[in-house]
Amino acid sequence: MRPLGLKAFWFRDLRFVMFDALTERLGKVFDRLRGRGALSEADVTEAMREVRVALLEADVALPVVKDFIAKVQEKAVGAEVLRSVTPGQQVVKIVHDELAAMLGSEAQGIDLNAPAPVVILMVGLQGSGKTTSTAKIARRIQMQQKKRVLMASLDTRRPAAMDQLKVLGEQTQVETLPIIANQMPGDIARRAVTAGRLSGYDVVMLDTAGRLAIDEALMAEIIAIRDLVKPHETLLVADALTGQDAVNTAKTFHERVGITGIVLTRLDGDGRGGAALSMRAVTGAPIKLAGTGEKLDALEDFHPQRIAGRILGMGDVVSLVEKAAATLDADKAEAMAKRMQAGTFTLDDLAEQLRQMRKLGGMGGILGMIPGIAKVKNQLAEANLDDKVIKRQEAIISSMTRAERTKPDIINGSRRKRIARGSGVDVSEVNKILKMHRQMADMMKEMKKGKRGGLASLFGIGGGMPPGGFPGGGLPPGFGRK
Amino acid sequence: MSDDTLKDVPAKKGMFARLKAGLKRSTDRLADGVTALFTKRKLDADAVFDLEELLITSDLGPGPARKIAKAIGARRHDKDITPAELRDVLAEEIAALLAPAEKNLLITDAKPHVILVVGVNGGGKTTTIGKLAARFASSGRKVMIAAGDTFRAAAIDQLKVWGERANVPVIARAPGSDAASLAHDALSEARNAGADVLLIDTAGRLQNKAGLMQELAKIVRVLKKQSPDAPHETLLVLDATTGQNAVAQAEIFGATAGVTGLAVTKLDGTARGGVLVQIVERFGLPVRFIGFGEAIDELAPFEAKTFARALVGLETFGPDA
Repeated sequence: MRPLGLKAFWFRDLRFVMFDALTERLGKVFDRLRGRGALSEADVTEAMREVRVALLEADVALPVVKDFIAKVQEKAVGAEVLRSVTPGQQVVKIVHDELAAMLGSEAQGIDLNAPAPVVILMVGLQGSGKTTSTAKIARRIQMQQKKRVLMASLDTRRPAAMDQLKVLGEQTQVETLPIIANQMPGDIARRAVTAGRLSGYDVVMLDTAGRLAIDEALMAEIIAIRDLVKPHETLLVADALTGQDAVNTAKTFHERVGITGIVLTRLDGDGRGGAALSMRAVTGAPIKLAGTGEKLDALEDFHPQRIAGRILGMGDVVSLVEKAAATLDADKAEAMAKRMQAGTFTLDDLAEQLRQMRKLGGMGGILGMIPGIAKVKNQLAEANLDDKVIKRQEAIISSMTRAERTKPDIINGSRRKRIARGSGVDVSEVNKILKMHRQMADMMKEMKKGKRGGLASLFGIGGGMPPGGFPGGGLPPGFGRK
Repeated sequence: MSDDTLKDVPAKKGMFARLKAGLKRSTDRLADGVTALFTKRKLDADAVFDLEELLITSDLGPGPARKIAKAIGARRHDKDITPAELRDVLAEEIAALLAPAEKNLLITDAKPHVILVVGVNGGGKTTTIGKLAARFASSGRKVMIAAGDTFRAAAIDQLKVWGERANVPVIARAPGSDAASLAHDALSEARNAGADVLLIDTAGRLQNKAGLMQELAKIVRVLKKQSPDAPHETLLVLDATTGQNAVAQAEIFGATAGVTGLAVTKLDGTARGGVLVQIVERFGLPVRFIGFGEAIDELAPFEAKTFARALVGLETFGPDA
């Protein structure tokens, strides 16, 4: 996880909330183990059962799950449980790191390092998103790398598939090979490469008809095309929502055609994306790009770290933290963090925090970025933690005088009544805010004394997911269920 | 479909033989697995666990796979069971779970009976519509198609080709037009023309895109305003290669568009569509059709028993199975 410093202190530790289902389950397994120094084999075996189910629910293919579990089991046994985390979190971390490692340590782009025209062959099942991906990749190469790209559709099977690529070419301003009716795929491929060479294109992208890996005739056809055009990249386009079949498809395409990379589409869906791991594991080919939307610029580098979290049901934590970092006012947060480190935390600071939180779209908006977290979202709705509540809390603080905000101790009974009247709430709500502030301020002081382990403990989250889970203990004080 | 096994199939045996051939390939592995694992074997805890894993590989999902495996294990505990017997038991168990979903689509005399076809991108909506149009037309009904996917490039052209193949008129507007107003006009046009069936295509959309789902809800609203009973069927197209996310698709499309039936596509591949078991159990939705190829006649009404037996690799089934 990329360290973001104090800037995103609100959100840094939300990740523990997002460990979600798996952590919760592992929490149960490990509850009785609290305080132990290292993980025993029996502990880990029990935990791995939960990991297995989590991976299967995320559509990771069974053979891949088994290999993975065996590997992680080995690593986890004997691992020291850091004092700052629970054994459950420790296992999740090991699992997460191993997943990320298996998915490939960093993003790998399309390789164009070959004599022009560089041929890119797009293959895959029906409906996986080959044509759209072809146009997206062509657009990206042309725009970002300033290369001249020619696209050609060899899909003579699906009605209007060639027209589709032509229209996409017009939309992306990428040239397409003129369509000649009734030409065979092999002839179109030859024509495309020749045109690429004669007209000085840097890259020729060949879109092909969707085919089943078990369709002998069509697999023979694609192999013949491959031998003819000698692609520098052969990209398997696969749907991120694919289930157990991902291994069969990827394996067969790889064995028969030889793929150099995978393009994962529909990553903007709310699937957990286990297919990514399956396909990467059986082919060893890197996942190079991810389709993230219907617009033609919705194509991103593939970040293994992010998908690892997603497969585990932890959500796309990195993206979330990035969003937080982009939205939060860095200077204000930095200044506040300094004061907090000095052990001072005023009601103005609290108000600022509430404002920043609201800017991020409230808890609902934040959690909306996380797949599979509907349950937590509902709990939040129950806890009434929405924009309105945050706004009201801000209003209460605004009704205080400057002196009151800096020195809350002076707020006596009559001042409380005045503040309540001023902000249109009950005195009890004013009390709640004051209590929330006091708890937070106390924690700051403790932190300064070095009693607690950093900001993580600020909201009682980082020190370990409380056994009761969320929201009760997991939320900032005062945000709990009424 | 260009597979050789299919060419051997005599023309008249048609649908069921072809369906069987299509499904057969998708189940060979499961069948092999069952054979390998259970030859001369007691159905003990280990065997039940292996059975569970086999069900997982056909996308039943870890929960239902465990449930079914355990149920079989409980009934046959420690008894010797041959692979053939086990397949029978497995098929029965799955067929029982799928049985409530076996409700074929009935065309009312609403004139037109409006069928709205929805689903995620690339699932096979347009192809399914082409096949359905041909099917209804061949039974003597007057069919019309509305090209409601005004978003994807050349989607309208694609549907027009299917219209020609099925010999059915396609109502279309320029790309980028409003899908709801097209649906509205198509319904009027179909009514005026005295059509029996109106098939409405929609753009593919992921169920977590709230804006796009609202657009779909609007199409339904517009149709209802014109004719309170329309759409008479909202058919969700599910791709058999999809994993557990299909459950979320059924749930959210169900809630937003009022899905009344399912069509499972791409059963001619190696995917088995086992997630259907979970969807049927949770949402009680009928499964109307299955698709198993790119040809216009590679579509059949869903039969729980056939589907279940094919799923576990049983060879002996046919029209009267």
